[in-house]
Amino acid sequence: MQFFGGSEINPSPQVPTASGNNAHMMYVFNRNGVCLLYKEWNRPLHTLNPQQDHKLMFGLLFSLKSLTAKMDPVNAEKGNLGVPQLPGQGCSFHSFRTNTYKLSFMETPSGIKIILVTHPKTGDLRESLKYIYGLYVEYVAKNPIYNPGSPVKSELFNTALDQYVRSIS
Amino acid sequence: MAAIYSLYIINKSGGLIFYKDCGTKGRMDTNDSLRVASLWHSMHAISQQLSPVNGCSGIELLQADTFDLHCFQSLPGTKFFVVCEPGTPHMESLLRYIYELYTDFVLKNPFYEIEMPIRCELFDINLTLAVQSDRVALLGR
Repeated sequence: MQFFGGSEINPSPQVPTASGNNAHMMYVFNRNGVCLLYKEWNRPLHTLNPQQDHKLMFGLLFSLKSLTAKMDPVNAEKGNLGVPQLPGQGCSFHSFRTNTYKLSFMETPSGIKIILVTHPKTGDLRESLKYIYGLYVEYVAKNPIYNPGSPVKSELFNTALDQYVRSIS
Repeated sequence: MAAIYSLYIINKSGGLIFYKDCGTKGRMDTNDSLRVASLWHSMHAISQQLSPVNGCSGIELLQADTFDLHCFQSLPGTKFFVVCEPGTPHMESLLRYIYELYTDFVLKNPFYEIEMPIRCELFDINLTLAVQSDRVALLGR
């Protein structure tokens, strides 16, 4: 993707580390806004404490979905701005990019939201997010002692996730 | 082929000062376009808070299922954003060209009050010329 964002005032974006790990952090939310998982690989700047950060992220995504559903230039029937949308209803976004990071987003029909924050030059991560959802289904949803709606503490899931994210170029 | 659906210009406080709609189904009434513009202004600011590294200047590109949104923020804080078909090329250079038109026909107009809605005929005329498809392709070269 061509890149016109930079000016001399802003510092250049983070260069990928030698291990090939491009990802900064990852969030998984359920449909009620509970943060099921937060993983951080490379985050030099922490603006807010973790609770506020999760709430802000969830709020941003909720509002962006509302915005895209309203701005949709193709569908004639649109609800009013701010009305909560069901997962899959209305036009939803799949990624946004700033000069310092790229955020990729996926929402499943059950309301599970997977967010991956990476280096801005990363390509389309929709397939990767689908694979991560596959890992979630295998190691978390199918785990009989997992309590839905509570934070994920599965070792197997964390290991598999780490391995996979480090391999995304 | 450049397929631009709409163009918005918002002032540094988040108020909509210009809105042009080229699409057919996506038409919004005035109130909705004002709300959408303020919502975008806030989202742009929040995205800077969530950055993992220093020096974030806000969302530049938003990719949705049926459209792309390109945003350009000038140094004084005026935001220009365009809603277009997914994958339309040269939108960044188009936004910079629109910024040039803004400085030439709006800011240099002695009757124009800064931060107020734009009502400059020459700006409208040149903008219409700029969004024609062959012009946008020329800008890319």
